Amino acid sequence: MNWLIAILQTTLFVVLAPLLAGWLKMCKCHLQNRKAPSLLQPYRDLLKLTHKQPVVSEQASWLFVTAPYLIFSATVLAASVVPLIAVNLPTSASADVIVMVGFFAFARFFLALAGLDIGTAFGGMGSSREMTISSLAEPAMLMAIFTLTMTASTTNLSGAIAHVLNEGLILRPSFVFALFALILVAIAETGRIPVDNPATHLELTMIHEAMILEYSGRHLALIEWASQLKLMLYGVLIANIFFPWGISETFAAKDLGYGLLAIAGKLALLAIFLAIAETLVAKMRLFRVQEYLSFAYLLGLLGMLSHIILEASR
Amino acid sequence: MILLSAYCAVLLSFASGLLALMMHQRQTLSAISEYGFNTFFTRNVHCRGWINKNLEERRFPFFLKQAVFVLLGLSGVFAVIAGLAVLLSKGVITDQIALGLPWLPWHIRFDGLSGFFFLIIGIAVCAVSLYGPGYVRTYKENEHPFAALGLFTGLFVTGMLLVLLADDAFMFMIAWELMSVASYFLVAFQHENSANRRAAFLYLLMAEVGALSIILGFGVLASFSAGFTFDALRDANLSTTWASIAFVLALLGFGMKAGIVPVHVWLPEAHPVAPSHISALMSGVMLKVALYGLIRFCFDLLGDVQWQWGVVLLILGTLSALGGILYALMQPNLKRLLAYSSVENIGIIFMVLGLSIIFMANGHPQLAALGFLAALFHAFNHALFKNLLFLGAGIIHHQTHELNIDMMGGLIKKMPQTSVLFLVGCMSISSLPLFNGFVSEWLAFQTALQVDVLDNGVLRSLIPVAAAALALTAALAAACFVKVFGLIFLGQSRSRNSEKAHEVRDKGMLAGPALLAGLCFFIGIFPGVIIHLINNVSGQLLGHTLPNDSALGWLWLAPVSAEQASYSPPLVLIGALIAAGVCYWYLRRSPLTVIRRAETWDCGFGGLTPRMQYTSSSFTMPFRRIFAKTWIIDEQIKKDLQGAMNQDVGAVHYQLHIQDHSWPRLYQPIAQGVNSLAKQVGRIQTGNIRTYLGYSFATLLLLLWVIS
Repeated sequence: MNWLIAILQTTLFVVLAPLLAGWLKMCKCHLQNRKAPSLLQPYRDLLKLTHKQPVVSEQASWLFVTAPYLIFSATVLAASVVPLIAVNLPTSASADVIVMVGFFAFARFFLALAGLDIGTAFGGMGSSREMTISSLAEPAMLMAIFTLTMTASTTNLSGAIAHVLNEGLILRPSFVFALFALILVAIAETGRIPVDNPATHLELTMIHEAMILEYSGRHLALIEWASQLKLMLYGVLIANIFFPWGISETFAAKDLGYGLLAIAGKLALLAIFLAIAETLVAKMRLFRVQEYLSFAYLLGLLGMLSHIILEASR
Repeated sequence: MILLSAYCAVLLSFASGLLALMMHQRQTLSAISEYGFNTFFTRNVHCRGWINKNLEERRFPFFLKQAVFVLLGLSGVFAVIAGLAVLLSKGVITDQIALGLPWLPWHIRFDGLSGFFFLIIGIAVCAVSLYGPGYVRTYKENEHPFAALGLFTGLFVTGMLLVLLADDAFMFMIAWELMSVASYFLVAFQHENSANRRAAFLYLLMAEVGALSIILGFGVLASFSAGFTFDALRDANLSTTWASIAFVLALLGFGMKAGIVPVHVWLPEAHPVAPSHISALMSGVMLKVALYGLIRFCFDLLGDVQWQWGVVLLILGTLSALGGILYALMQPNLKRLLAYSSVENIGIIFMVLGLSIIFMANGHPQLAALGFLAALFHAFNHALFKNLLFLGAGIIHHQTHELNIDMMGGLIKKMPQTSVLFLVGCMSISSLPLFNGFVSEWLAFQTALQVDVLDNGVLRSLIPVAAAALALTAALAAACFVKVFGLIFLGQSRSRNSEKAHEVRDKGMLAGPALLAGLCFFIGIFPGVIIHLINNVSGQLLGHTLPNDSALGWLWLAPVSAEQASYSPPLVLIGALIAAGVCYWYLRRSPLTVIRRAETWDCGFGGLTPRMQYTSSSFTMPFRRIFAKTWIIDEQIKKDLQGAMNQDVGAVHYQLHIQDHSWPRLYQPIAQGVNSLAKQVGRIQTGNIRTYLGYSFATLLLLLWVIS
């Protein structure tokens, strides 16, 4: 039963990810006085891509065509660890939050290699920048998450969220720091403004798009889907760690329904915030990103220190 | 029985070294065999024919090389057997051998800790002896004699094994010196380049200074005890100050061998110039022997550890980890890069060992056991993947005659098997899930996260900072090895040599790395196997094992308690297979969507050349800007101007030279100091016989005055 719920939840994660991307695009369009595409447009795009014949460069090796599958499955595995509508997942026990960060690293490793595989300057540029940004973002993310895990004294994500839920509403300074750190990291890791711009191609500042420039057809669909999944994953992390209320603690159908409604509401709200931020803020220069990310790192560290100094019980 | 196989391992490696000396004794050998067959074994016709065939002029060198490596491999197998047996039996075996001076027999002790490092050495030696015969074939006999290489390889392995067996300070130091000096000759093997000679000299110098410091460390212990056997040293009753002095001396000595920042400078010089299978042994195994020495000295001989020592190890380890990986990132030379990455990994091990000491001194022995477990596990993993990567680098060097990453590219199509093996190594060292590097890093994080139990405020805030540095190190390592794999194997060939490269024909050269790659994956999926073994070691050495021994089933990894943290690699593997399988099956159904191959999109300008690809220096450019203070960067761009008014740029010359801070900051002042001191001393050396007679006379008078 537990495993069934876990698989169901993961499927829900995978299926709903394009919807969140569509909703985000819709909010942004409204904010920028543009006519929005349908909420289902990301699904149509993915479907279209899977039906197209993929064109692969003659230079490409086996790694190039294998990478999308690896990237997608690693991201799905990461999603399976994160409680979406219910806690007490068995999958959370088999892979804790450090492993989840490891899955992201796995996906990124192959994405960067795929960027280098064709041997074009764009791919190399994307890989180099992606690895730079992620190597600053990953520690910041771990710091933010460690604050949570030390408070809950478990690295099991389900257990940690259940702990926060049971503690009730306490304002912890460490959580405020960690929340901001995680938001900054999420923006950087999912390639949103001001770090990267998902809407542009052929701009010298692009990062994510530069790596996947050579992909087409089903390979592109997998990578796009994986990045939508990643966006949703970060959203769920922020929503469920810091505002876990509404998540189901039992596996009763009614509770699960409420859990789904709660997370849908939280994500919709987060997406609106993100859209507003993306509309207001301009993209920053690549070499300002380090300051941005070291700020996130510092916030994460401050969160951890304030937990240790102010909150931890002796 | 266990001890017997340990002795067999030592003797076989020694024998392999001696056998290599027979390289030029073909005539003698045939004479001996003639004599032997004529007098003793007159009936053994088959055997005689086989030996005679192999003693022929043409076949003999090949046969002998095979035989030397077979002996070395057998030594490795025996080392593995001995190590596993002593670990599983949880016993301690002692012995005395009447070697050396008559009143100083060699004391032998074989316990869990020695057994674990025997296991590491055994696996590495097995892989190297599979790999060796193919690799040494390229050396020309008159330039690089196999006799020297084989002899010193055998002695080197013997030395390392004896260090692990030693139970008194004398034998320890003799074995230690055997290891150091033998490896010096191996580093100096290709001595026709002055750079190699310089590297070898630097290595010898630092090895000897380190050995001196270790001797002093033993000396401090011995002055409080009844003798030089480890049993006597264990009973020594030291004050905290003297114990700390002994610790610092041991740390300096063993740290120099292990390559801790700032005494790491010999590593990136010596490892690239040694033959690749030797670099693999040096980097994968010899550094671990230094680690063994430190663990033996601190946890076993000194006994009462102080938390301040842990802090020192933690800080030094963090510096080494960050410094090592940042320097590695900038290297275009593959083997130098791997050497710097060893500095990083040793740093991680020292960090976790420091945590273990801190927990031990603060009265949390179970958490100390956790840290100890993480440290030894990472040592084991590093031995596997660093060996694998060095052997892979050897294959690449063998096939392309290049070590510069910027001169390679596209090898994945030319060397498919090597590329897969190398990829496994890169993924393990970047600590990606499902591979072994990830497990030890996960354990390291779990150790650091237990900081809540400590009372000391400084430690409570220091350890999270170290954990943050560990996270940064891991992420930078991933970036570094994306660069390595991406530039060597992917893209288009950047030079003619790599264009013409092909897969190695010698199956042994692939079998050695394949063994290691298989182990990397196996340990990544079933880490419980090794954790069970290390638990026996920590039970013996620290007196405590992990809290819940029973929860360490083969499926689950739950070092503290199942509620706190758990990880199940087999389940993750199953999940990954299901996810990848489903989407592969779903997407490949339609026959219409068969992949079409086409030219790479070149933006319509035509002619993408290999020179347009990213290189090592361009890949790391963002890092160079972000962490600019870490290196001494000498970047020069010169433009050739031409045309009217010098307005057109003809060619651009770009030079980049990156240096380690430790040379100008630490070593050059020392070298200058020694030089100026020598000049001062030189003043009294006038070269005039009368002055010297005067000195003798004055000394004589002084001595007479003293004794009267």
